[in-house]
Amino acid sequence: MTLLLPIILLPAAAGVASFLIRSHRFRRVVWVATAATHLAMSIAAAMPPEAATLGNWIGLDCLSAVFLVLTSLLFLGASIYGIGYVAREPVAPQPDLEDGSLFRNEPESVFTGGILLLLATMSLAILSRHLALQWVAIEATTLASAPLIYYHQNRRSLEAAWKYLILCSVGIAVALLGIFFLLMAMQEEPRDLTLTALLGQAAALDHKWLSTAFIFMLVGYGTKMGLAPLHSWLPDAHSEAPSPVSALLSGALLNCAFLGILRVQQVCAAAGMAAFGGDLLILFGLLSMGLAGVFILRQADYKRMLAYSSVEHMGILAVAVGMGGLGLFGAMLHAVNHSIVKAMLFFTAGNILSRFHTKDAAKIQGVCSVLPISGALWIAGFLAITGSPPFGTFISEFTILRASVEQGRWIVAGLYSLFLLVVFVGMSVIVLRMALGQSQAARQRESWTAVLSPVTFTLLALLLGVYLPAPLADKLHGAAGLLGGLAK
Amino acid sequence: MKTLHWIGPVMAWVLSPLMLGIINRVKAVFAGRRGQPLCQLYYDLFKLLRKGSVYSRSTSLVIRVAPSVVLACMMICTMLVPWGKMEAPVAFAGDIILLAYLLGLARFATVLAALDTGSAFEGMGASREVEFAALAEPSFFLGMLVLVLHCGSIGLSDVMAGFSSPTWQTSGILLGLVACSWFILLLTENSRIPIDDPNTHLELTMIHEVMVLDYSGPDFAYILYGASLKLWVFAALVVNLIVPLRSVPVWGQIPLFLLGMGVIAVLVGIVESILARLRLQQVPKILIGAAALSIIALTVELME
Amino acid sequence: MDIISVLLILSCLLLLGSSRLNVAIRVVAAQGILLGILPLDRSMGEFTAGIWVLSISTLISKGILLPWLMSICVRNSEIRREIEPFIGFGSSLLCGIGLLALAVWVTVRMPAVPGKLPVGFLMTSSFFLVFVGLFLMVTRRKALTQSLAYLVMENGVYGVGVGMSLDFPFVVELGILLDVFVGVFLMGNLLFHLDREFEHMDVDKLTELSDVSESPTIDGEQIA
Repeated sequence: MTLLLPIILLPAAAGVASFLIRSHRFRRVVWVATAATHLAMSIAAAMPPEAATLGNWIGLDCLSAVFLVLTSLLFLGASIYGIGYVAREPVAPQPDLEDGSLFRNEPESVFTGGILLLLATMSLAILSRHLALQWVAIEATTLASAPLIYYHQNRRSLEAAWKYLILCSVGIAVALLGIFFLLMAMQEEPRDLTLTALLGQAAALDHKWLSTAFIFMLVGYGTKMGLAPLHSWLPDAHSEAPSPVSALLSGALLNCAFLGILRVQQVCAAAGMAAFGGDLLILFGLLSMGLAGVFILRQADYKRMLAYSSVEHMGILAVAVGMGGLGLFGAMLHAVNHSIVKAMLFFTAGNILSRFHTKDAAKIQGVCSVLPISGALWIAGFLAITGSPPFGTFISEFTILRASVEQGRWIVAGLYSLFLLVVFVGMSVIVLRMALGQSQAARQRESWTAVLSPVTFTLLALLLGVYLPAPLADKLHGAAGLLGGLAK
Repeated sequence: MKTLHWIGPVMAWVLSPLMLGIINRVKAVFAGRRGQPLCQLYYDLFKLLRKGSVYSRSTSLVIRVAPSVVLACMMICTMLVPWGKMEAPVAFAGDIILLAYLLGLARFATVLAALDTGSAFEGMGASREVEFAALAEPSFFLGMLVLVLHCGSIGLSDVMAGFSSPTWQTSGILLGLVACSWFILLLTENSRIPIDDPNTHLELTMIHEVMVLDYSGPDFAYILYGASLKLWVFAALVVNLIVPLRSVPVWGQIPLFLLGMGVIAVLVGIVESILARLRLQQVPKILIGAAALSIIALTVELME
Repeated sequence: MDIISVLLILSCLLLLGSSRLNVAIRVVAAQGILLGILPLDRSMGEFTAGIWVLSISTLISKGILLPWLMSICVRNSEIRREIEPFIGFGSSLLCGIGLLALAVWVTVRMPAVPGKLPVGFLMTSSFFLVFVGLFLMVTRRKALTQSLAYLVMENGVYGVGVGMSLDFPFVVELGILLDVFVGVFLMGNLLFHLDREFEHMDVDKLTELSDVSESPTIDGEQIA
């Protein structure tokens, strides 16, 4: 379809142009305009019910439609928040929050160019139907996002960016080995890695090679997705990055890596090996949830807390996909809900950080009285991310729990609930102590850029909690069907 | 004809001191000197044989017996090594093990005698010698393993008989790797730079030289001659591997073999002149590297 | 082609045993050149334009440009040697021999695919490269060695692809090469900054962000 190529190329062109544009104001306009256009094109491309393809390499099926619109929406929100954010950042060297050393920021042109290239590479990763092309795109997202993490050029973000670059690149190299093994599993012509070819000869795939390929790709893309025990880069990277970038990393980029795993699970399911991958996914998922819970309990830094929460939710997604059946629909719904809520939380955390100038939760009190809107959002976000009604996350997490009970997996259900409870307790201690109470600081007016995105996302999360629009439900069911081995 | 087979050992007995002379001459040329006469070692041996031996009061029978043991072992080793198309005068299945253990017996005798003197320097040299020998053994056996697997028989003469010009085209890498590994082994076992300096006079830095400090007269002559025989044996193993002796008619084999030995001597001389002696802690690295070369050859052999 | 595989293995042994960073950079450059020659050697006479492009771009990027970037990093910092790695150099060589055995075991155990050429020695050496890359990344302290180890790993993965006689469209191969190039370029960039910010380049001292060493407090009271 003719819209697919511009979806990838427009942000790429805008990103390259951003490196060259001198005027800050003009560059920010380009940024937001690109984001808005991208969202419009994505929705237009995703609306028609049938799948669209451009040759065999790029295409849009239900699964990619959901992720594409979600990523685009998140990017628009991050852009609106972001232009206010970078406008507030000082140009001269500023003292570091924790050790007081001076540092300066990255040039804004590099930041904007990088973030637009990130959008372009994420769109390519979502839209590609050729697994090796998807690999190239996912590796490119790592490369595009590494400079973004290093926006505040101080020691900690340097350390975070280094760990991120090395660990994710190594993980993705392992995934490349898995893709080679997948090619070896194909016995018939045409032997290429497009999804149509793979799904077409699914029945004839060699099981030994396919299972080896799945393991390698799970480990490789799982590193990028943040599944324990390969998640050690995630807390550092997501907490040291500037807030709009953190929102995109947690909300959109982890989903891209998740998509990589989903594609190979789709192939496995079509080949009749769904159960093999499922058990591994459940194991990694529960491990992620448990580890995240433990580290949230001991957490002093509230942005790191949000990062561990991302690890936990990626674990939930892995468990849901591993279970199959109703869990697949739950996973799709949860991916949407989690991205929206996590982005909103990071925006709010950014507001708190810029007002209180500390990342230590123990030193912050009374956010509600100083920043009323952000304070309300902070509490709402905490309720949403831990799965309380009436937010959408409650529906999705409950669906997943129902799936585990229906399948008779009592241990999974029990551990799942336990870990969710642990995270709820851990987060409530930190969030509520920050939000409530009295503070010496004066009440401050919040700018509209800082507030518009998080408020909109909160309203969206509330909406999804009470009513699931029909087109969205159709796409989610379609995506679940694809993963379950039925063509749609 | 059995007598023809004895040409090999006889060549070894007569010509091995000449090899050391060539090495020393090459080093002298590199240093811009005229150097010793090529036959210097012969003169030294004859001089030593005419002298009497002096024994320290703190030694026992061991040090009186050891040089003869060393000489005997080395002479038997020369009878085990094949050359050209000829098999060695003493050849049977499994003589590889005999060769290795004769060399080991000679080393054992030297080390025992060194400890027997009761001097700290010899003891130090003995411990270093044994450590490096332990690290170098695997290279020898692994290289032999590769060749045995390649040829299918376990006798040294049969193994060496299996190599000719066509072999280089098919298994050239194998032979190259094993030859490099054995060249490093040659440098180690004969105490040449970069593992040990044969000309050093500082006891603290010697390995082999220090073990033979206390010998004099005919004993010392036996030790020196045994060392030159050892050099000949190792060089002959490498030459058998590299030079395609099988494809040449019998009358051409002697000159070609001697030419090969001369080239090895020159090569050792060049290596000694170019490199500096390694620190003692670095020596295990080079020995493990030699073993690794043999292991790579083994991997290549197994994968074919 | 076996010569290329053996040379790759020997280069890895050099990497394991040497402490000097300049030597390591040159060895990785040599690996890049060997891998550039590999597609020409592998195609056995059918030279298409794609093979030439791939070969020359691999040669230039992995054999010349990236090592040049790395050597600029080394020149800028004053670090010349890897001192005190987690596993010493002699022991690293021994571990390398173990990893070679592991690579042989993996290659022998791989299920055969009917109708394909036998995998051959290139697979073993490529798996060995991957293992050595991972080993170096884990046991060495300097950040520069980590990025070199990543490059070695990618070389190994590329070798596995060639050894399996996989026909990727050359666009994809070039895409992979571009990714690796930009990745190492970014790493080099970060290395400049690392050297400026910290006086050392030891990654085991990058522990400012860590949850395990912090003692947890809420409101100033210890809770655990």
